[in-house]
Amino acid sequence: MKAAAVEIRRELMKGNVAICLGAIAAGCRFYYGYPITPQNDIPEYMSTHLPTMGGTFLQAESEVATINFILGTAASGKRVMTSSSGPGISLMQEGLSYMAGSELPAVIVNISRSGPGLGGIAPSQGDYFQAVKCGGHGGYRMPVLAPHSVQEMYSLTMRAFDLADKYRNPAMVLGDAIVGQMKEPFTPVPYEPSVPPEKPWALTGCKGRPRQNVKSLYLKDNAIEVHNWKLFRKYERMREEEVLFERFRLDGATIAIVAFGTAARVCKTAIQWARQEGIPAGMLRPVSLFPFPSAQVDEAAEAADVVLVVEMNTGQMVEDVRMSTRHHDRIRFLGKPCAMPTPEEILGEIRTLAGKRP
Amino acid sequence: MFDRPKSLVDVRTHFCPGCHHGIAHRILAETIDRYDLREKTIGVACVGCSVFLYDYIDVDVAEAPHGRAPAVATGVKRAQPDKFVFTYQGDGDLAAIGTSEIIHAANRGENITVLFVNNTTYGMTGGQMAPTTMLGQRTSTSPYGRDFRNDGYPIKMAELLATLEGTAYSARVATSTPAQIRKAKEAVRKAFEMQIREMGFSIVEFLSTCPTNWGMKPLEAQERVLGEMSEYFPLGVYKERTQADFV
Ligand SMILES: Cc1ncc(C[n+]2csc(CCOP(=O)(O)OP(=O)(O)O)c2C)c(N)n1
Ligand code: SF4
Repeated sequence: MKAAAVEIRRELMKGNVAICLGAIAAGCRFYYGYPITPQNDIPEYMSTHLPTMGGTFLQAESEVATINFILGTAASGKRVMTSSSGPGISLMQEGLSYMAGSELPAVIVNISRSGPGLGGIAPSQGDYFQAVKCGGHGGYRMPVLAPHSVQEMYSLTMRAFDLADKYRNPAMVLGDAIVGQMKEPFTPVPYEPSVPPEKPWALTGCKGRPRQNVKSLYLKDNAIEVHNWKLFRKYERMREEEVLFERFRLDGATIAIVAFGTAARVCKTAIQWARQEGIPAGMLRPVSLFPFPSAQVDEAAEAADVVLVVEMNTGQMVEDVRMSTRHHDRIRFLGKPCAMPTPEEILGEIRTLAGKRP
Repeated sequence: MFDRPKSLVDVRTHFCPGCHHGIAHRILAETIDRYDLREKTIGVACVGCSVFLYDYIDVDVAEAPHGRAPAVATGVKRAQPDKFVFTYQGDGDLAAIGTSEIIHAANRGENITVLFVNNTTYGMTGGQMAPTTMLGQRTSTSPYGRDFRNDGYPIKMAELLATLEGTAYSARVATSTPAQIRKAKEAVRKAFEMQIREMGFSIVEFLSTCPTNWGMKPLEAQERVLGEMSEYFPLGVYKERTQADFV
């Protein structure tokens, strides 16, 4: 997986396509998926470009099949990705649980839509619980990364591949229709792998070695207990080593916003405006939603008078913010389940919290 | 003459006395040996009494969620087209929860080989009704006997899959007599050849026993396969592609 010697220049790019570029740069040559709005640019791009570079694109009959194609290709030791949106990710939960149990790496992209059921196709962060707490059975975890720009759609996808391989575990990139559809300049920095590519556990035929398995069933003695503690320690290691966050104008902030993805991006504008008015607002942006930057959230809460959680849902990350700090009385929430909050709305809330009237 | 196949691990199996899973395993291992495929085979185990395939067949094996083995095999074969890839599935696995995966793998002409063990019940979970359960058959969830008005008809997978363009080979065999076992080996050999020659999807359905859950002695179970079962599920080859005639 050597980085190709390409000329690096800024270009205008769409978020969903940046995910594809990041995946391809990271050496992913297998993509399987099933169409669902608002992520169709990803399979469309992959179906066009993967075959021309010796890769494989396959449209599955369902998301259930998709995630199991992924399982088979991951068990073969290859980098593999899928993308979907809420309802499709729900169908993948069975396979995700099996992959976590079987310790198989892959990247799952969720460009989420709004509400339970068929919901709507408006941008939303309503899949926070499902992503971060993991929707499948048995109590597993996976790294969840939340990009808020086209550049991050690219770089966090690369990182997701590294995390998946490092931990032999599925990893998720969680976006929404806005970061997926928006275009902005981005720089295709070359991929620098942070993990060695060897996968001695891969099923490649038992030539020259004893047979091996990829499995999640442990019936004998207390083997499943041993296995579950091993998985647990892996998740603990993620918590120690993989916390990602951004501090935005937090110095001296009496109003500390906590927001991720698209919502965080809008908050940045509102914070700039507030600062111009002399209101000291700042933001702690979780970039990894699992592991959650609890210590950093607590630190921000400790220093501020108010912690404002802004989300494009009815308040799911609020629970993790509460878990991070003892200052529950300082926590406020501003949410929109099916749309992007405007900078004006957020500024209005900041002003109210600062005791100023517009 | 009657040695243990190289690809069969020398351990006692967990199968009940009179169960035919073991016979199918042996045929599978012999055929892997015959084509010298042991070191380039990846098997996919399903959920059911046969999940411990990886303890008995001396090859690399992945485990699939219930019914999804054809999809897992697809992912393996697409990643490693030079390897020999098979699934081993029961009727609950393949004909109930996994119908979508098997039909679409066959329809894509996925170049994999499926061994399908039909014992007309869910063995592992204690003998509940399967899609292959015979009309009138009593199971723990059809205590009055399967009634088509309530439960539909026993599903004939070998015939169904033979109708799909992507299927290169589909046959139903049994292993209740030495003559049947010879034919079963022949069918598995053909199914392997289809994959080796890249002709498309191949499946062999085995009529099998589950004496434990049928509440029968092993010999009675044999009789049931030879009689009632093979009457409704006729043995034979339902599709055999002779050349790569697909376009
Ligand atoms: C999603 C899911 N549903 C149900 C089960 C429980 N289950 C385990 S084995 C089995 C039936 C297997 O029957 P069959 O495929 O006929 O194999 P046999 O045991 O008869 O060989 C079922 C329903 C499961 N493991 N996963
Ligand atoms: S329960 Fe039935 S299918 Fe399972 S091992 Fe026993 S006889 Fe065989």
